[in-house]
Amino acid sequence: MKARVFVTLKNGVLDPQGKAIGNALHGLGFGAVGDVRQGKVIDIELTERNEDKARASLKDMCEKLLANTVIEKYEIELRP
Amino acid sequence: MKSAVVVFPASNCDRDAQVALEAMTGKKPHMIWHGDSEMPDVDLIVLPGGFSYGDYLRCGAMASQSRIMRDVKAKADKGVAVLGICNGFQVLTESGLLPGALMRNADLKFVCRPVGLEVNETQSAFTRKYEHGQRVTFPVAHGDGNYFADDETLDRLEGEGRVVFRYAGGENPNGSARNIAGILNEKRNVLGLMPHPERVVDPLLGGTDGRGVFESLIEALS
Repeated sequence: MKARVFVTLKNGVLDPQGKAIGNALHGLGFGAVGDVRQGKVIDIELTERNEDKARASLKDMCEKLLANTVIEKYEIELRP
Repeated sequence: MKSAVVVFPASNCDRDAQVALEAMTGKKPHMIWHGDSEMPDVDLIVLPGGFSYGDYLRCGAMASQSRIMRDVKAKADKGVAVLGICNGFQVLTESGLLPGALMRNADLKFVCRPVGLEVNETQSAFTRKYEHGQRVTFPVAHGDGNYFADDETLDRLEGEGRVVFRYAGGENPNGSARNIAGILNEKRNVLGLMPHPERVVDPLLGGTDGRGVFESLIEALS
Protein backbone atom coordinates (compact mmCIF):
# COMPACT_ATOMS: atom_id res chain seq x y z
CA MET A 1 0.00 0.00 0.00
CA LYS A 2 1.20 3.51 -0.73
CA ALA A 3 0.50 6.58 1.33
CA ARG A 4 0.91 10.25 0.63
CA VAL A 5 1.10 12.55 3.64
CA PHE A 6 0.52 16.28 3.25
CA VAL A 7 1.98 18.47 6.00
CA THR A 8 0.99 22.12 6.00
CA LEU A 9 1.06 25.00 8.46
CA LYS A 10 -2.12 25.45 10.47
CA ASN A 11 -4.41 28.28 9.50
CA GLY A 12 -3.36 31.44 11.27
CA VAL A 13 0.30 30.42 11.50
CA LEU A 14 2.40 32.87 9.51
CA ASP A 15 3.90 31.25 6.41
CA PRO A 16 6.66 33.58 5.19
CA GLN A 17 7.70 31.14 2.44
CA GLY A 18 4.17 31.01 1.09
CA LYS A 19 4.08 34.83 1.15
CA ALA A 20 7.37 35.05 -0.74
CA ILE A 21 6.09 32.58 -3.36
CA GLY A 22 2.90 34.65 -3.70
CA ASN A 23 4.92 37.83 -4.18
CA ALA A 24 7.09 36.13 -6.80
CA LEU A 25 4.01 34.91 -8.68
CA HIS A 26 2.64 38.47 -8.66
CA GLY A 27 6.01 39.64 -9.97
CA LEU A 28 5.66 37.21 -12.86
CA GLY A 29 2.35 38.79 -13.75
CA PHE A 30 -0.02 36.23 -12.24
CA GLY A 31 -2.30 38.93 -10.93
CA ALA A 32 -5.08 36.52 -9.96
CA VAL A 33 -2.97 34.92 -7.22
CA GLY A 34 -4.33 35.43 -3.71
CA ASP A 35 -3.04 33.85 -0.51
CA VAL A 36 -0.33 31.18 -1.00
CA ARG A 37 0.55 28.53 1.58
CA GLN A 38 3.30 26.00 1.11
CA GLY A 39 3.90 22.63 2.71
CA LYS A 40 5.46 19.21 2.34
CA VAL A 41 4.47 15.99 0.63
CA ILE A 42 5.87 12.73 2.01
CA ASP A 43 5.36 9.47 0.07
CA ILE A 44 5.53 6.32 2.13
CA GLU A 45 5.41 2.69 0.99
CA LEU A 46 3.81 0.36 3.49
CA THR A 47 3.78 -3.41 3.76
CA GLU A 48 0.50 -3.20 5.71
CA ARG A 49 -2.46 -4.30 3.57
CA ASN A 50 -5.27 -3.47 5.97
CA GLU A 51 -6.43 0.07 5.28
CA ASP A 52 -7.64 0.86 8.79
CA LYS A 53 -4.42 -0.37 10.33
CA ALA A 54 -2.36 1.54 7.78
CA ARG A 55 -4.28 4.72 8.48
CA ALA A 56 -3.89 4.33 12.25
CA SER A 57 -0.19 3.72 11.87
CA LEU A 58 0.25 6.74 9.58
CA LYS A 59 -1.61 8.93 12.04
CA ASP A 60 0.80 7.79 14.72
CA MET A 61 3.76 8.60 12.44
CA CYS A 62 2.38 12.09 11.82
CA GLU A 63 1.85 12.78 15.52
CA LYS A 64 5.28 11.45 16.52
CA LEU A 65 7.51 12.73 13.74
CA LEU A 66 6.15 13.82 10.37
CA ALA A 67 4.25 16.88 11.60
CA ASN A 68 4.89 19.25 14.47
CA THR A 69 1.31 19.60 15.62
CA VAL A 70 2.07 22.84 17.46
CA ILE A 71 2.25 24.58 14.08
CA GLU A 72 1.34 22.01 11.44
CA LYS A 73 -1.64 19.93 10.34
CA TYR A 74 -1.57 16.82 8.20
CA GLU A 75 -3.70 14.88 5.75
CA ILE A 76 -3.27 11.25 4.81
CA GLU A 77 -4.08 9.81 1.39
CA LEU A 78 -3.97 6.04 0.85
CA ARG A 79 -3.61 4.21 -2.44
CA PRO A 80 -3.55 0.45 -2.95
CA MET B 1 29.83 21.23 38.38
CA LYS B 2 29.95 18.20 36.10
CA SER B 3 28.66 18.70 32.60
CA ALA B 4 28.08 16.91 29.30
CA VAL B 5 27.57 18.12 25.74
CA VAL B 6 25.53 16.01 23.33
CA VAL B 7 27.07 15.72 19.87
CA PHE B 8 24.62 15.14 17.04
CA PRO B 9 25.67 14.62 13.43
CA ALA B 10 26.14 18.21 12.13
CA SER B 11 26.25 19.86 15.52
CA ASN B 12 28.71 22.70 15.01
CA CYS B 13 28.77 24.54 18.34
CA ASP B 14 29.57 21.46 20.39
CA ARG B 15 33.20 22.51 20.61
CA ASP B 16 32.25 26.10 21.50
CA ALA B 17 30.19 24.71 24.37
CA GLN B 18 33.03 22.40 25.39
CA VAL B 19 35.59 25.22 25.44
CA ALA B 20 33.26 27.55 27.35
CA LEU B 21 32.38 24.89 29.93
CA GLU B 22 35.99 23.94 30.46
CA ALA B 23 37.06 27.57 30.79
CA MET B 24 34.26 28.39 33.22
CA THR B 25 34.17 25.21 35.35
CA GLY B 26 37.79 24.11 35.12
CA LYS B 27 36.56 20.63 34.17
CA LYS B 28 36.32 19.07 30.74
CA PRO B 29 32.71 18.24 29.91
CA HIS B 30 31.83 14.76 28.70
CA MET B 31 31.17 14.78 24.95
CA ILE B 32 28.31 12.33 24.37
CA TRP B 33 27.50 10.95 20.93
CA HIS B 34 23.81 11.02 19.99
CA GLY B 35 23.76 7.25 19.44
CA ASP B 36 24.79 6.49 23.02
CA SER B 37 22.03 5.31 25.28
CA GLU B 38 23.03 6.74 28.62
CA MET B 39 24.25 10.05 29.96
CA PRO B 40 27.01 10.03 32.55
CA ASP B 41 26.15 11.34 36.00
CA VAL B 42 26.29 15.10 35.45
CA ASP B 43 24.71 18.29 36.83
CA LEU B 44 24.24 19.95 33.45
CA ILE B 45 23.48 18.64 29.96
CA VAL B 46 24.07 21.00 27.02
CA LEU B 47 22.38 20.52 23.66
CA PRO B 48 24.59 22.59 21.35
CA GLY B 49 23.93 24.70 18.28
CA GLY B 50 24.32 23.45 14.75
CA PHE B 51 22.29 21.83 12.03
CA SER B 52 21.69 18.37 13.46
CA TYR B 53 20.77 15.87 10.73
CA GLY B 54 21.04 18.66 8.18
CA ASP B 55 17.79 20.18 9.51
CA TYR B 56 15.95 17.40 7.63
CA LEU B 57 12.16 17.45 8.00
CA ARG B 58 12.25 20.29 10.57
CA CYS B 59 15.08 21.78 12.59
CA GLY B 60 15.67 19.51 15.58
CA ALA B 61 13.05 16.95 14.54
CA MET B 62 15.40 14.07 13.80
CA ALA B 63 17.70 14.85 16.73
CA SER B 64 14.73 14.79 19.10
CA GLN B 65 14.23 11.12 18.14
CA SER B 66 17.85 10.08 18.63
CA ARG B 67 18.69 7.46 21.22
CA ILE B 68 20.43 9.71 23.73
CA MET B 69 17.39 12.00 23.90
CA ARG B 70 15.42 9.30 25.74
CA ASP B 71 17.92 9.52 28.56
CA VAL B 72 18.11 13.31 28.34
CA LYS B 73 14.32 13.41 28.83
CA ALA B 74 14.53 10.98 31.75
CA LYS B 75 17.31 13.04 33.37
CA ALA B 76 15.39 16.28 32.79
CA ASP B 77 12.34 14.72 34.49
CA LYS B 78 14.55 13.93 37.46
CA GLY B 79 15.62 17.58 37.67
CA VAL B 80 19.02 17.59 35.93
CA ALA B 81 19.65 21.00 34.34
CA VAL B 82 19.43 21.03 30.54
CA LEU B 83 20.59 23.99 28.44
CA GLY B 84 19.62 24.01 24.76
CA ILE B 85 21.31 26.65 22.64
CA CYS B 86 20.06 27.52 19.14
CA ASN B 87 19.62 24.11 17.47
CA GLY B 88 19.54 22.72 21.02
CA PHE B 89 16.47 24.92 21.70
CA GLN B 90 14.86 23.52 18.54
CA VAL B 91 15.60 19.97 19.75
CA LEU B 92 14.00 20.80 23.12
CA THR B 93 10.75 22.07 21.56
CA GLU B 94 10.65 19.14 19.11
CA SER B 95 11.10 16.66 21.93
CA GLY B 96 8.37 18.25 24.02
CA LEU B 97 10.68 19.33 26.84
CA LEU B 98 9.74 22.94 26.09
CA PRO B 99 6.44 24.26 24.70
CA GLY B 100 5.98 26.00 21.35
CA ALA B 101 7.96 25.73 18.13
CA LEU B 102 10.72 27.56 16.29
CA MET B 103 9.70 28.54 12.80
CA ARG B 104 11.46 30.02 9.79
CA ASN B 105 12.61 33.60 10.48
CA ALA B 106 9.81 35.99 9.52
CA ASP B 107 11.91 37.68 6.82
CA LEU B 108 13.28 34.32 5.55
CA LYS B 109 16.85 35.49 6.10
CA PHE B 110 19.54 33.66 8.02
CA VAL B 111 20.59 36.11 10.72
CA CYS B 112 24.14 36.08 12.08
CA ARG B 113 25.07 39.02 14.30
CA PRO B 114 25.25 40.22 17.91
CA VAL B 115 21.80 40.98 19.30
CA GLY B 116 20.76 42.97 22.37
CA LEU B 117 18.76 41.01 24.95
CA GLU B 118 17.09 41.72 28.24
CA VAL B 119 17.37 39.33 31.13
CA ASN B 120 13.71 39.11 31.97
CA GLU B 121 13.87 36.60 34.80
CA THR B 122 16.59 36.03 37.37
CA GLN B 123 14.75 33.40 39.44
CA SER B 124 16.45 30.55 37.63
CA ALA B 125 19.56 28.43 37.91
CA PHE B 126 20.62 29.84 34.54
CA THR B 127 20.32 33.56 35.24
CA ARG B 128 20.61 34.17 39.00
CA LYS B 129 23.91 36.06 38.57
CA TYR B 130 22.34 38.66 36.28
CA GLU B 131 20.34 41.70 37.37
CA HIS B 132 16.65 41.78 36.50
CA GLY B 133 16.27 43.77 33.28
CA GLN B 134 20.01 43.69 32.60
CA ARG B 135 20.87 44.36 28.98
CA VAL B 136 23.30 41.85 27.47
CA THR B 137 24.59 41.17 23.97
CA PHE B 138 24.82 37.60 22.66
CA PRO B 139 25.41 36.57 19.06
CA VAL B 140 22.67 34.82 17.11
CA ALA B 141 23.17 32.62 14.05
CA HIS B 142 20.01 30.94 12.81
CA GLY B 143 17.47 30.70 10.04
CA ASP B 144 14.69 29.21 12.16
CA GLY B 145 14.45 31.11 15.43
CA ASN B 146 10.98 32.54 15.16
CA TYR B 147 9.39 31.43 18.42
CA PHE B 148 5.74 30.50 18.09
CA ALA B 149 3.17 29.29 20.61
CA ASP B 150 -0.56 29.89 20.99
CA ASP B 151 -1.67 32.89 23.06
CA GLU B 152 -2.67 30.73 25.99
CA THR B 153 0.83 29.18 26.17
CA LEU B 154 2.49 32.59 25.79
CA ASP B 155 0.33 34.05 28.59
CA ARG B 156 1.22 31.12 30.78
CA LEU B 157 4.97 31.43 30.08
CA GLU B 158 4.84 35.11 30.96
CA GLY B 159 2.58 34.61 33.98
CA GLU B 160 4.85 31.95 35.45
CA GLY B 161 8.05 33.95 34.92
CA ARG B 162 9.38 31.50 32.36
CA VAL B 163 10.39 33.99 29.67
CA VAL B 164 14.02 34.32 30.71
CA PHE B 165 15.47 36.26 27.79
CA ARG B 166 13.75 38.73 25.48
CA TYR B 167 15.12 40.52 22.45
CA ALA B 168 15.58 44.15 23.50
CA GLY B 169 13.36 46.82 21.92
CA GLY B 170 13.78 46.91 18.14
CA GLU B 171 16.26 44.02 18.18
CA ASN B 172 13.95 41.06 17.43
CA PRO B 173 15.87 39.37 14.59
CA ASN B 174 13.38 36.69 13.60
CA GLY B 175 9.80 37.69 14.36
CA SER B 176 9.54 35.75 17.63
CA ALA B 177 6.24 36.13 19.47
CA ARG B 178 6.46 38.74 22.25
CA ASN B 179 10.21 39.13 21.54
CA ILE B 180 10.89 35.80 23.23
CA ALA B 181 14.51 34.66 22.97
CA GLY B 182 14.65 32.03 25.73
CA ILE B 183 12.21 30.09 27.92
CA LEU B 184 12.16 27.70 30.86
CA ASN B 185 10.11 24.54 31.36
CA GLU B 186 7.60 24.35 34.16
CA LYS B 187 10.08 22.82 36.61
CA ARG B 188 12.61 25.53 35.67
CA ASN B 189 15.48 23.09 35.09
CA VAL B 190 15.37 23.22 31.28
CA LEU B 191 16.29 26.41 29.39
CA GLY B 192 16.20 26.85 25.63
CA LEU B 193 17.43 30.00 23.90
CA MET B 194 18.33 30.96 20.35
CA PRO B 195 21.25 33.36 21.13
CA HIS B 196 24.66 31.89 22.00
CA PRO B 197 25.95 32.66 25.53
CA GLU B 198 28.82 30.17 25.04
CA ARG B 199 30.28 32.40 22.32
CA VAL B 200 30.68 35.38 24.64
CA VAL B 201 32.68 34.12 27.59
CA ASP B 202 36.07 35.49 26.51
CA PRO B 203 36.95 39.12 25.65
CA LEU B 204 38.99 37.83 22.71
CA LEU B 205 35.75 36.61 21.15
CA GLY B 206 34.02 39.97 21.45
CA GLY B 207 32.47 39.97 24.88
CA THR B 208 31.83 38.29 28.19
CA ASP B 209 28.08 38.83 28.62
CA GLY B 210 27.47 35.08 28.36
CA ARG B 211 29.58 34.27 31.41
CA GLY B 212 26.62 34.99 33.66
CA VAL B 213 24.77 31.90 32.41
CA PHE B 214 27.68 29.65 33.36
CA GLU B 215 28.43 31.51 36.62
CA SER B 216 24.76 31.12 37.57
CA LEU B 217 24.83 27.39 36.82
CA ILE B 218 28.06 26.89 38.74
CA GLU B 219 26.61 28.67 41.77
CA ALA B 220 23.29 26.85 41.56
CA LEU B 221 24.57 23.35 40.81
CA SER B 222 27.95 23.01 42.52
